[in-house]
Amino acid sequence: MKWFDYAAARSLPEALELLARPGARPLAGGTDLLVQMRAGERKADLLVDVKRIPELNRLECDPAGGLQLGAAVPCCRIYEHPEVRRRWPALAEVAEMIGGVPIQSRASLGGNLCNAAPSADSVPVLIVLGARCRIAGPGGVRVLPVEEFCTGPGQTVLETGELLVGFELPPPEPHSGAAYLRFTPRREMDIAVAGAAAAITLEDGAIRRARIALAAVAPTPLLVPEAGDRLAGKPPAEEHLRAAAELARAAARPITDLRGTAEFRRHLSAVLTRRALEAALARAREA
Amino acid sequence: MTGEKVRVRMKVNRQSVELLCEPRQSLLECLRDILGLTGAKEGCNDGNCGACAVILDGRLVNSCLVLAVEAEGSEIITIEGLARGAELDPIQRAFLEQGAVQCGFCTPGLILATKALLDRTPDPTEGEIRRRLANHLCRCTGYDKVVRAVRQAAAERREVRA
Repeated sequence: MKWFDYAAARSLPEALELLARPGARPLAGGTDLLVQMRAGERKADLLVDVKRIPELNRLECDPAGGLQLGAAVPCCRIYEHPEVRRRWPALAEVAEMIGGVPIQSRASLGGNLCNAAPSADSVPVLIVLGARCRIAGPGGVRVLPVEEFCTGPGQTVLETGELLVGFELPPPEPHSGAAYLRFTPRREMDIAVAGAAAAITLEDGAIRRARIALAAVAPTPLLVPEAGDRLAGKPPAEEHLRAAAELARAAARPITDLRGTAEFRRHLSAVLTRRALEAALARAREA
Repeated sequence: MTGEKVRVRMKVNRQSVELLCEPRQSLLECLRDILGLTGAKEGCNDGNCGACAVILDGRLVNSCLVLAVEAEGSEIITIEGLARGAELDPIQRAFLEQGAVQCGFCTPGLILATKALLDRTPDPTEGEIRRRLANHLCRCTGYDKVVRAVRQAAAERREVRA
């Protein structure tokens, strides 16, 4: 690895001051960044460690019943958190799906999003749960939906000097549920060939609202609004789930690479969407 | 860039140490090359194989993916810190007795992963063991003997506690 300097920021203002320096880059868990820097794929003159900043380490329910999740909170803290497991089980599950135990001790969902891999498992889950990103920068704080954060493989909306501080998740609605499924040749320690997240809210036995987002089938994690809208007001019957899954297939814009062909990924988009909807539905009925 | 080395203080195997390292040096490099603790191995150097795993502030980490400077103020347990004098940790003994060690390259990581697992989950199912050790590659044993060793160690630890 090329030489770089290192500074551990203790506060948000200190981090922003350090990130304003030329060649500065934030370091959270490092499980992607250090690998990429060793391979010469990303460069930095200064790594600003953001793991000791209180705002980036928050993991708590807010008074309104939503979740405040700091960008640098490691996966293990998320899936060990009793309230997250109970109220946002899809989030706990995906935190336990990324890498293996020693990765989950370090890797964060903020890092997963900023790395901006199309295959990032946690991003579709954050999208269907309605999470918003809190971004701090020289010009102040801005908030935007997670689905607007990634702009291409490895590319995000973050401007120079900006830092992802954390996520705000709304409280789960009554009779709602969410789930994420992915296809991998191996059960553990693998990267999604494709993935699908679904969230469903039921009202009087019908679907009031649904959201569907896909992984690894487009240059960015992909919200498919038309697939969710197709279910609004419908009974949770198989024909409607299949119709939504077909819309997810139509929205997928996959490539062929070493993990799978574009054709296989389109097929997976439909299958995984239907199964994720079924899993979300089962949770919504229990909630 | 300053090009200056950084002084890092940490506790390694219950002993306070202070070392001077480059910010780009991994914890693995510093453990092996500066402190002479060669139990943690460099396999893939990118977080896939688990041969470099150590316990950092109670959590299992790949020491190849941690900068030594990030460990400032931390407590680290390596495989060298597991035995008490000549007495092996029950996990180490279970690995020996079950023949879960062949070439030995993955063993320090697997034993620390077992400790991290059993410290939080004293009675794991076979499925949990296989899933929680999935970040550790072993090319010799086929894993069955490793799973047996983990189950033996878990049973012994529960007995001691009871």
